[in-house]
Amino acid sequence: MTRDAIKDLILEIIEDIDEDADFDTLESDKPLRDQLDLDSMDFLDIVMELRKRHKLQIPEEDYPELATLDSCVNYLDPLLKDA
Amino acid sequence: MPVSFSKASLENKYDVIIIGSGLGGLTSANRLAYCGYKVLLLEYHTQLGGLATWFKRKGHIFDVSLHGFPYGMVKTCKKYWNKEIMNSIVQLKKIVFDNPQFHLETTFDRLDFTEKLNKQFKIPASTIDAFFSRVAGMNFYDDQSMTTRELFEEFFPGRSDVHRLLMEPISYANGSTLDDPAITYGIVFSNFMNKGVFTFEGGTDKLIGMMTDELEKNGVTICTSAKVDRVVIDSGIVRGVEVQGKTIECGSVVSNSGITNTIYNLAGKDAFSDEFMAKADKIRVNNSSCQVYMGIKKEDKIDDIGDLLFTSTAPEFDSSELCDFTTRSKTFSVYYPKTRPGHDRYTIVASMNSNFADWDNLSEEEYKKEKQNLIDRALVDLDRYLPGAKEKMDWVEAATPKTFNRYTLHTQGTSFGTKFEGLDISRKIFKEVSGLFHVGSVGIIMSGWLGAINYGVIVSNDVDAYMRSIA
Repeated sequence: MTRDAIKDLILEIIEDIDEDADFDTLESDKPLRDQLDLDSMDFLDIVMELRKRHKLQIPEEDYPELATLDSCVNYLDPLLKDA
Repeated sequence: MPVSFSKASLENKYDVIIIGSGLGGLTSANRLAYCGYKVLLLEYHTQLGGLATWFKRKGHIFDVSLHGFPYGMVKTCKKYWNKEIMNSIVQLKKIVFDNPQFHLETTFDRLDFTEKLNKQFKIPASTIDAFFSRVAGMNFYDDQSMTTRELFEEFFPGRSDVHRLLMEPISYANGSTLDDPAITYGIVFSNFMNKGVFTFEGGTDKLIGMMTDELEKNGVTICTSAKVDRVVIDSGIVRGVEVQGKTIECGSVVSNSGITNTIYNLAGKDAFSDEFMAKADKIRVNNSSCQVYMGIKKEDKIDDIGDLLFTSTAPEFDSSELCDFTTRSKTFSVYYPKTRPGHDRYTIVASMNSNFADWDNLSEEEYKKEKQNLIDRALVDLDRYLPGAKEKMDWVEAATPKTFNRYTLHTQGTSFGTKFEGLDISRKIFKEVSGLFHVGSVGIIMSGWLGAINYGVIVSNDVDAYMRSIA
């Protein structure tokens, strides 16, 4: 999966969580939590969805890696390389 | 339709078996079905819902625990149930406080509380803002050494009236006291202050009915009258459950039957390490409740006195007074025809916090007499707000901690799960016994309707991770 595809995947998952999420002004290096109406339950949803779609096991200690869109891509890039 | 266990034709093996159908158990079942697992839900009672329950008498439908939940329930129901369920959530706009220290009506949100604290209680706006910011920033992994009492003293020293306003509703919501960790207070209080208090239009029966439909649509097998005798554990790994002499195999068990029940009765303490048991033995369960259910005759009406009334004739707020056998403090939840459109009846439920031991030690005769006294006290107290309402009632009955124990099997009839330490044990149980998970009211914060549902989701994530790791 390319980095752009990973980015799209994350945004697609977030859109399922919150269909009103506004991505136009989203800055990829700033915390998603501060820019979108996401809480800790929403991040758990992202983790579950990644496991469901791509059999990815993200340990709890790695959850902070999902903080920004850029950090998501950086973290998932090696894991989804062959996806 | 859920079927009784004795009439069910079950398979010999499921991916996941859920024991208990409280809101946490129901939600775990739904989430795990969504993740693609074959799920069996077993409920001991004839009706689903656990403490999210109701009963019918003489044309009345009485809700047991539908008293009001935070706005967060909207998003939670949308994500983990369906939009139809979400769309039935409506606000309760008139919350009333009446006690010797103050009387007020509020929408129970930050804006209105700020105004009341400032104008009526004369607290400087800067102090109120600082307090709200502090509690809103609280997380469950923060320092737990500060108590709610200390938090209140820091911001509102010596103001027992303010402490009462802030604490009383939360004590009824989750059984917490001024001596519990301030973070448990902050998290729950902030949830409510977000937008106020909400309820489910159509009542508990409608909600549980809609959840049952959704579960069946998603392929969950549901059995009632199915009391699980034990969880079968072999070499530290869950193998199944035993129900009425029959063993059903599974990869994981999610117990929604109370953390203490799960450890001592379902798994048995031998299944755990000494270190784990040393901690588990220290779990304190929360208090239970007493309730008085009052139904107004079909042709009669009552005035709008508010949706939820926090009342007391005790001079000051005192956590132990709230649980006293003859407490002078109680809430009245008033259900107008708007609660169940089309049903058009009025019911009132008085709720008090209560200790199991006070009721458990009574003889049968004393128990009956004290139940009547409980009813009489509730009627006297209600008369202050609805004079003459007693004459309009055609049904009155009471529930005690023993009633809660009988229907839910909760240790000491607890209506609010455990104190804070129960959360850590609940979260770590699967690290002791592979495939054994617990969901249900624990740690004060994972309590109430919203806490229970969200916790069901959190635990489902653990179950899914485990199931995929052994696949």
